[in-house]
Amino acid sequence: MGRSVGYIIGFAVAICLVCSVFVAGSAVALKDRQEKNKVTDRQKKVLTVIGVKDVGSKSAEEVEQLFNQKAKARVVDLATGAYDDGIDATAFDARKAAKDPLLGMDAPANKAGIKRVSKKVVVYEVSEGGKLVTVVLPIEGKGLWSTLYGFLALDANDLNTVKGITFYQHGETPGLGGEVDNPSWKAKWAGRRAFGDDGEPAIRVVKGAAPPVSEAPHKIDGLSGATLTANGVTYLVQFWLGENGFGPYLKRLKKGGKA
Amino acid sequence: MTRKERETLIDPLFNDNPIGVQVLGICSALAVTTKLETSVVMSLAVIAVLTLSNLAVSLVRNLVPPSIRIIVQLTIIASLVIVTDQVLKAFMFEISKQLSVFVGLIITNCIVMGRAEAFAMQNGPKLSIIDGLGNGLGYGVVLLFVGFFRELLGSGKIYGITVLQVSTEGGWYVPNGLMVLAPGAFFLIALFIFLNRTFNPNAAATE
Repeated sequence: MGRSVGYIIGFAVAICLVCSVFVAGSAVALKDRQEKNKVTDRQKKVLTVIGVKDVGSKSAEEVEQLFNQKAKARVVDLATGAYDDGIDATAFDARKAAKDPLLGMDAPANKAGIKRVSKKVVVYEVSEGGKLVTVVLPIEGKGLWSTLYGFLALDANDLNTVKGITFYQHGETPGLGGEVDNPSWKAKWAGRRAFGDDGEPAIRVVKGAAPPVSEAPHKIDGLSGATLTANGVTYLVQFWLGENGFGPYLKRLKKGGKA
Repeated sequence: MTRKERETLIDPLFNDNPIGVQVLGICSALAVTTKLETSVVMSLAVIAVLTLSNLAVSLVRNLVPPSIRIIVQLTIIASLVIVTDQVLKAFMFEISKQLSVFVGLIITNCIVMGRAEAFAMQNGPKLSIIDGLGNGLGYGVVLLFVGFFRELLGSGKIYGITVLQVSTEGGWYVPNGLMVLAPGAFFLIALFIFLNRTFNPNAAATE
């Protein structure tokens, strides 16, 4: 079946055209839905970390309504800790910004394996009756195999008591390091203190079981068989609470009640 | 349905199972089967891609210049996989996150290309659809088998519903850590192959 070169090229072009129409068509037609899914997903994570129960079973509308009732997204400048309301917080993607040569910067030396950070990040502030009650901080860093992404919620009254933690994306060993998303382990964070008496981040994951909050306010139960993941969690939480993380922002909040 | 059509549909389920007998598409069978739910969605995605790619390749089979037929098949398959991925992201976001890159990797699943080259290039659209469906189902059978046992033994659940209360949550069952890791799937696939070849006299590729 000899075909001319012209036919072959023509056929290839035609197939490519038809296929690209299909691909582009589906991408454009479904874009809105996908964007909405991403927003809902982020809202769910924030709601989970501030202690809302059964978020997973709620519909997108319920999640959105609940989120708008409770939380407000704000863009914060990492270095100064000041708000930047010039940026739409709902559309800002800090993970993408970290890779951008202008919007991101090389992270200062740290044990959490963080190489690039975004200069601006999105925090979520939860208010009740006009009073700020919880701040939700995005955190990320290396575990054993993968980068863990999550949120840490702090009580806004003292900006020290942990209200909750969650990791929504990681690639740690299931059953070992993967236990970072075990609800009963995450529950152990609530009530612990993030900072020591000297104001430095002191919270850490220890080996074995941690004593009750009254005796060891800064210690969290270890994960058996997952020392490296647990160390990673310690380093990343300490990085984000420290000077190079949300330190300036938390300081501002403490001073004026407003950043 | 003629006898040939029936055979085309039924044979790949066990007798000529793409994973169990031809040993194709192992990679994704290891990766997405820690839970039954992801196994089901992955199976559906592969069935959709396989059926449609067989149909498309069959429709153009007499027009395709033989010298570029592989790249044409690949273009068709890749387009279908991207569309499937987009649909999953739009309508089943949670699961698509768990399946992550493995939906995209259907492109490299040897079953899809194997059926396009071996079957759809020689047969009409109707028979090709049936062949795609049959092989997709055959892939699905193995995924469900593996997913069922991995979820049950690895995390004490079936389709997300707790069956065996695990010890970390106050139950008696100590989950088998091997099952949630990829090697666990190897053992289960091997078991499937063994059972199929031993107890199914019609299994192809027996020496």
